[in-house]
Formats: sequence, C-alpha cells, structure tokens
Amino acid sequence: MPRVTFTQHIARHVPCPARDVEGRTVREALDAYFTVEPAVRGYVLDEQGVVRKHVVIFVDGAQATDRTRLGDAVGEGSVIYVMQALSGG
Amino acid sequence: MSSKLFVATRKGLFRVDRKPSGWTIGEVSFLGDNVSMVLPDRRDGTLYAALSLGHFGVKLRRSRDVGETWEEITAPAYPPLPEGAEPEKTPDGREWPQRVELLWSLEAGREDQPGHLWCGTIPGGLFQSKDHGESWELVRSLWDHPTRKGWFGGGYDWPGIHSICVDRGGVTVGISCGGVWRSTDDGATWETRTKGMYAEYMPPERRDDPGIQDPHRLVACAAQPDALWTQHHNGLFRSTDGGKTWREVTSVKPSKFGFTMAVHPRDPETAWVVPAKKDEQRIPVDGKVVVARTRDGGASFTVLDKGLPQTNAFDLTYRHGLDVDGTGEVLAFGTTTGSLWISEDGGDSWQTISNHLPPVYAVRFGEV
Repeated sequence: MPRVTFTQHIARHVPCPARDVEGRTVREALDAYFTVEPAVRGYVLDEQGVVRKHVVIFVDGAQATDRTRLGDAVGEGSVIYVMQALSGG
Repeated sequence: MSSKLFVATRKGLFRVDRKPSGWTIGEVSFLGDNVSMVLPDRRDGTLYAALSLGHFGVKLRRSRDVGETWEEITAPAYPPLPEGAEPEKTPDGREWPQRVELLWSLEAGREDQPGHLWCGTIPGGLFQSKDHGESWELVRSLWDHPTRKGWFGGGYDWPGIHSICVDRGGVTVGISCGGVWRSTDDGATWETRTKGMYAEYMPPERRDDPGIQDPHRLVACAAQPDALWTQHHNGLFRSTDGGKTWREVTSVKPSKFGFTMAVHPRDPETAWVVPAKKDEQRIPVDGKVVVARTRDGGASFTVLDKGLPQTNAFDLTYRHGLDVDGTGEVLAFGTTTGSLWISEDGGDSWQTISNHLPPVYAVRFGEV
C-alpha cells in the first residue's frame, strides 16, 4: 500500500499522521487518506480539488506533475510526500 | 467603555486589555500566522478569527473563551464546478478563480438571528452562515448577478467584499471594485446603492457606473443605520437615506484619500478618517500621521495629531485598521508599519500601544 506522509509544517495546524492507504494514483491515495483524516483535505487541496498553489507533492522523490487531476501513478510501495512550496513564503 | 481590543496582523492575533495601568498587549493567538480578520460577536461572546495561511489556504477559527483556546470550523468555500464546466472568465479573458483567496470581512447577523454570520471574500463572493460558522453558503443572488463579472480588483488581483453593514432592515455591502449593494430580503435580491459616487480612475463614460465604484470602506451608524459613510477611492461620501443617494464631503483635510473610516455608534454626524497622500504613494501627508474628525456631518473637519508622530512617519492604515467602541469615545487604529494607537477622548489625544507590531490588518473592540 502506498504511504502518505506530510511535512511537519502542516502538522502545526492540523494533525496529519502518516498512513498507509489504498490507491493507484495520487488522487486515489489522497482521497483514501482524507476519508480517514478529513480535516487535512482543505490544507492540501482547494475547494475545486486542485492542489493548492503553494503545496507540492512528491511521489518516491519525484515531483508529481498533475496538479489538477492528480493522475500521477503510485505503486504498492510508493511514498507520497506532501510539503509546502517555498514560493508560499 | 470597551476593555478589550483585538488586533489582527500579518503575524498573529493580539488581544489588548484595558487595565488600571493602561492598555496592555495580552493574549497572542496564531503567532506567526496571517490573520486577515477578527470578529468579536457581542451577541453571544464568541470570537472568530480568519486566517490566510500562505501555503494552506484560508481557515476559520472560533473561540468561546476570549481566545484562550480555538477550534477550527468550516471556512467559506465556493461550490465545486460541475464536471466539464468551463471556468468563468473576466471581460479581458482571465480565468476567475472559484476558490476563496481571502476572508476579508466577517460580521455578525441581526440580534434576532443568533449564530447568523456574513463573510465577504476575495474574489468577490459573499457567504452566509446560520449556525455560528459550522457551515457556509455562497450568496448566489449576488455572485450570479450579471454585473458581477464587471467587478475588478482594487489593491488585490480580484475584487473583494470588505464591508458588511447589517441592520434590522437589511444588509449593505461594499466591494472594491464593485460598488455598494443593498439587500432587504436577507440576501435574496440586491440593488446597487452608489448614486452620487464617481470614479475618476475610469474612462469618462464609466465614471458613474455603479458596478465599478471603489468604496474603500463603508460604515453605518449603529443607532441610525440609514446614516452611512464611505471612504471611497476618490474621496469621502455620506448618505442619509440608506445609500440611495450619496453626497461628496469635500471639507476633509489634509487629503480626501484614505482607506479606513469609522462612525460614532449613536451620532451619525460624527465620523473619523485617517487621510493619506493619494493614490500613487499611499503614505501620510508630509510624513505626519493624523486622524480627521467631523462632528457636523462633514461640514468641517478637525485634524487630530496629539500623541501621533509628526515627522518621517510612513504608517498607512488599511480598510479595517480603525475602530470605535460602543461609547463613541474610545478609538484605536493600527498601521502597515506596526503602530497601534488608542484614544479615550474621541480622538483628541492618542497613546502609543506599540510601534513594533506586525503589519496591522484589522482592529476591533469587543466585550466577549
């Protein structure tokens, strides 16, 4: 199962423990995560389901490219890492 | 007399308490975070704070214990676009964001509507809650108004609702740049209220267009809500008929430009502004921080400077940076350069609370 982890920067505002979730894409994995931790969703995605402007997502160390549909593939052992972009100040 | 002042800043929410020794900065909440607005709800003692987290979007927090502890509640949000729907565009082809970028104004509903709240946002949506902020609904009647797409940003990339005046007869909102709107049916329908305002920044044929006026701040006298004042981009305006007609007030000095405005809670003839050098510079006139006060409905103004810096000062006071308490005697204003002053004599003299706060967005008195 892919693992979703977050920078401590988000944890300052909302609890976001690392979790192993089902999913074959970033969207599926994050949706599964937000089902368990619904308060985290608004910190990562805006109300249209798009990655916030100053949030970046890495899959196994490579920056995910699809910020709108979150279609980047994830594998069974993948690690999805959500962090703040330095562009956000 | 109020004994608490809440100061929303770029780096946290500061509570300033009136003690026997004087006004003192007390509890600090959200230190390091951008607090765009605060609402002490006098109806039930609840305190609301709007956050704008640089990375993680807008958030709304609520406190039942004067800021000792906070809980996160739902922030206003636009409904999801239908699958396959084309994003809205401005007249010049830019994509209008369907997401809340800033919670810019937050107001309590009427006394007989406990828990009702209004929230004005950038990019221009007005939201209403009927359950103490647990849930929010976009006021579609205003958002879907055909003239809304002609609004544009003033100071920000997108238009924003910065002023919400609630009274027994309805609600009036001020929008930069989208004019003044009034609803008398709880937000079901809206009409413009800008007759008499003008916009020098537009082509001549659009000068009087209601939907592009830039009221920087709109305030109403609590005891006589038909008495409205507006610090507009092009000067000061006053209405005595609920905004149906406006009259320019030209006697204000040292300048007619500014962002903020306050009106006495019982005396609609008394109001305060913090003038600045227009528009290209937005700094105090001649490096002097002053407040201008009228006590005769704008026929004349007194420039108040006692206790305020009169050389090399570059403090600018934003739209929500000035407030008056329920007595009409205690005022506070905070500035972009982190100064905070309080007056307990209607503005005649000012005491410095700090010159070292983060940039101040909003000050509000509150007994919560």
